[in-house]
Amino acid sequence: MATITGVIPRPTSYSGVWSWLTTVDHKRIGILYGVTALILMLVAGAEAGVMRVQLAQPDLELVSPNVFNQMFTMHATAMVFMVIMPLSVSFFNIVIPLAIGARDVAFPRLNAFSYWVFLFGALLMHASFLVQAAPDAGWFSYANLTEKPFSAGAGIDYWSVGLLVLGVSSLAGAFNFLVTIINMRAPGMSLMAMPLFVWMTLITSILLVLAFPVITVGLIELTFDRNFGTNFFNTFKGGDPILWQHLFWIFGHPEVYILILPPMGIVSEILPTFSRKPLFGYPVVVFSGIVIGMMGWAVWSHHMFTVGLGPIANSVFTITTMLIAVPTGVKIFNWIGTLWGGSIDLKTAMLFALGFVALFIVGGLSGVSHAVSPADNQQQDTYYIVAHIHYVLFGGSIFGILAGVYYWFPKVTGRLLHEGLGKLNFWLLFIGMNITFFPMHYVGMNGMPRRIFTYAEEFGWGSMNLLSTLGYFVLLVGMVVLVVNLIQSMRKEPDAGHDPWDAPGVEWTISSPPPAYNFAEVPQIRGRDHYWIVKREAEAAGQPITSGEAHVDPRTIHMPSPSYWPLITALGVVWIGAGMFFEVPWPYIKFPVVSVGIVLSFIGTIGWSNEPATAPEDHHGEHH
Amino acid sequence: MAQHRASGPPTPSGATQHTEEHATTTGLSHRKLLMWLFLGSDCLFFGTLIATYMVYRGQSLVGPYPVDIIDVPITTISTFVLLCSSFAMVQALAATNRDDQRGIKIWLLATAFLGAIFIAFQVYEFNEFRAHGLHIGTNLFGSTFFTLTGFHGAHVTLGIIWLLGLAWVSRSGRLNPSTAEDVELAGLYWHFVDIVWIVIFTLVYLIGGFDSGPVAEAASAIPSALGLVA
Repeated sequence: MATITGVIPRPTSYSGVWSWLTTVDHKRIGILYGVTALILMLVAGAEAGVMRVQLAQPDLELVSPNVFNQMFTMHATAMVFMVIMPLSVSFFNIVIPLAIGARDVAFPRLNAFSYWVFLFGALLMHASFLVQAAPDAGWFSYANLTEKPFSAGAGIDYWSVGLLVLGVSSLAGAFNFLVTIINMRAPGMSLMAMPLFVWMTLITSILLVLAFPVITVGLIELTFDRNFGTNFFNTFKGGDPILWQHLFWIFGHPEVYILILPPMGIVSEILPTFSRKPLFGYPVVVFSGIVIGMMGWAVWSHHMFTVGLGPIANSVFTITTMLIAVPTGVKIFNWIGTLWGGSIDLKTAMLFALGFVALFIVGGLSGVSHAVSPADNQQQDTYYIVAHIHYVLFGGSIFGILAGVYYWFPKVTGRLLHEGLGKLNFWLLFIGMNITFFPMHYVGMNGMPRRIFTYAEEFGWGSMNLLSTLGYFVLLVGMVVLVVNLIQSMRKEPDAGHDPWDAPGVEWTISSPPPAYNFAEVPQIRGRDHYWIVKREAEAAGQPITSGEAHVDPRTIHMPSPSYWPLITALGVVWIGAGMFFEVPWPYIKFPVVSVGIVLSFIGTIGWSNEPATAPEDHHGEHH
Repeated sequence: MAQHRASGPPTPSGATQHTEEHATTTGLSHRKLLMWLFLGSDCLFFGTLIATYMVYRGQSLVGPYPVDIIDVPITTISTFVLLCSSFAMVQALAATNRDDQRGIKIWLLATAFLGAIFIAFQVYEFNEFRAHGLHIGTNLFGSTFFTLTGFHGAHVTLGIIWLLGLAWVSRSGRLNPSTAEDVELAGLYWHFVDIVWIVIFTLVYLIGGFDSGPVAEAASAIPSALGLVA
């Protein structure tokens, strides 16, 4: 077997296209994740644009109902699984090893594998547009609308197989970051000295590891129903569509916290930095994060209040849902307590963090209003829900992530983002977001249902919808400003220095961008806000720190070498999924293309396990 | 340059760096921690499949029902074989730890062989069920049964391939006390798949094996039976 896999020599290049295809460096993989997710965000944003233009006025027929269905399905699916999650993973990759004083993640090649599976999985799902069969059953694809008789085309197959593939990527990533955080902390970094972002990543990864198997089984059952004639959601044979709802939301509600906890972690880093004082009530913030992670498992049926589960189930889930607002509120008060009495520096990152807190409060309050099951009967499936999720996912997650972009961009690239453009970006998004989504509260309460492609003039929803559509274009300009800012900043000379914000995190002790090996010497962590302690002591001693850790000869440090195998194995895994779309009428091998994928991933796995993590002759970063 | 480091200049010594890379915060190796986390995740995977089976228990609208075709004695034998394979797995790890090269190969192959016998029983059972008219699409029992036990069988098959791979690389003496973790990880996986089978055997065979048609059907049959009497 070694002869099969030894044919291709190991990649040795650290520059050029091949170096990106074979990289195992967590910082580069983080950049790949971030850029890919940003591009997909523009695609999913364009889909939102189609919807907003179609809804701008009553009785418009710019797109057909069918296209409209595809737009809202792919917009939400992409934003949840291919934008917000990978953007968070991008920060996991870039920040976590640096923040805990490690040289890389625990499994660098598994990390590369996660990225490639994510990329190919996203391409696979978007390939549905090329064959004009985009998924069109909503992002939660309720059974039994998704059964073959009701959704005959390949759209739902693209959706379910695509999500199965993306699940492989998410699980591999979550395992990797769990092991990294549990096992690779620098000496002195106890659990209660970990930065909040590391804590939230830890909790998010646990949620991922436990929630994804549930949706995996749901998706397998759906795929089997459609392709192998099983009856899981087939009512003619006694199958129960409600089972799908339970499986989806047992996954789906922890998923909500998977989307929001990392941005909460980011904000908990940024607020103290720009208030120039430590996070208020650090242990309380950590424990409320843990409590949210646990209680997130006990609230899923609040998505199903109108199903008719009965008064007892509805009461129980009303109570648990209202309870989960408590730890969330505790966090908000701690953030405000952090600001209280601080000397606040309104840099763009800080503006986005403050925007996060403000908009998340609005989204949180509307969330409490549909935690109450009688009220939810009125709100279910209306634009009020659309307003709520955009306040928590756009105002919450995306604002938190953009705060992180402005905060850590100098660390990744050595260049500061332009502050003026950044502030313009923030205000456009903040104002645009409120113009777009605030009116939805009103049209929703007025009875406008979600997922309708148009509405009659007599309902009187026209002006509010026009306002929302105008707001969309403000958001669009805001996103263009962000892209311009990112591109322009990359084209200038490095100007950031190692520690532009006088930040407390370990990642700011090294130069920007960090060398391939991160830390020349594994740091000895002094406590929470490690670098503040170190800097204040140095100032007291009359020797203030002016530069990051000095570079050393990279040949003295053994780092994992680049590898082809993650790419090949990922290709094989996605090929197995893609093979589901090539069915032939043969008796035993109905899906011949799948077997090619199995062979490919098998060869990849053998090659992977036969090669040492570090090639004996390789010295990482020699050509850097 | 590096005024911030009170602890002295960097130590660019390859040897020191190398040992630092191997120390972990918990003392547990990365790979073993990964395996435990994976098994935790897999618990939820099988848990969901089993939950689906239990939700649909006794809900099939048409036969064959479990009571018609489930053969508890035969599956008891295959369960016993699978449990024995766990014993062989323990022996394989023990042989690795005492560097018994012959024992490593024998016990690894014995584990794989017993696993293969279990799979053979499953293939026989599946064919037998199909001969009795139970296909994956026949009723809810068929869908849930074949999916649940099929995914378990796939796990066992993967384990067999893993064990054969280990036996293959053990030819050159690559498995020894210093690399015993390679065997231990396969063992963790193997024992886990075994334990899952104990749950499935209990729920699907010992408890659910005597299920018949839907309860609703039996209830609705009573009035018509009364009508016949009247």
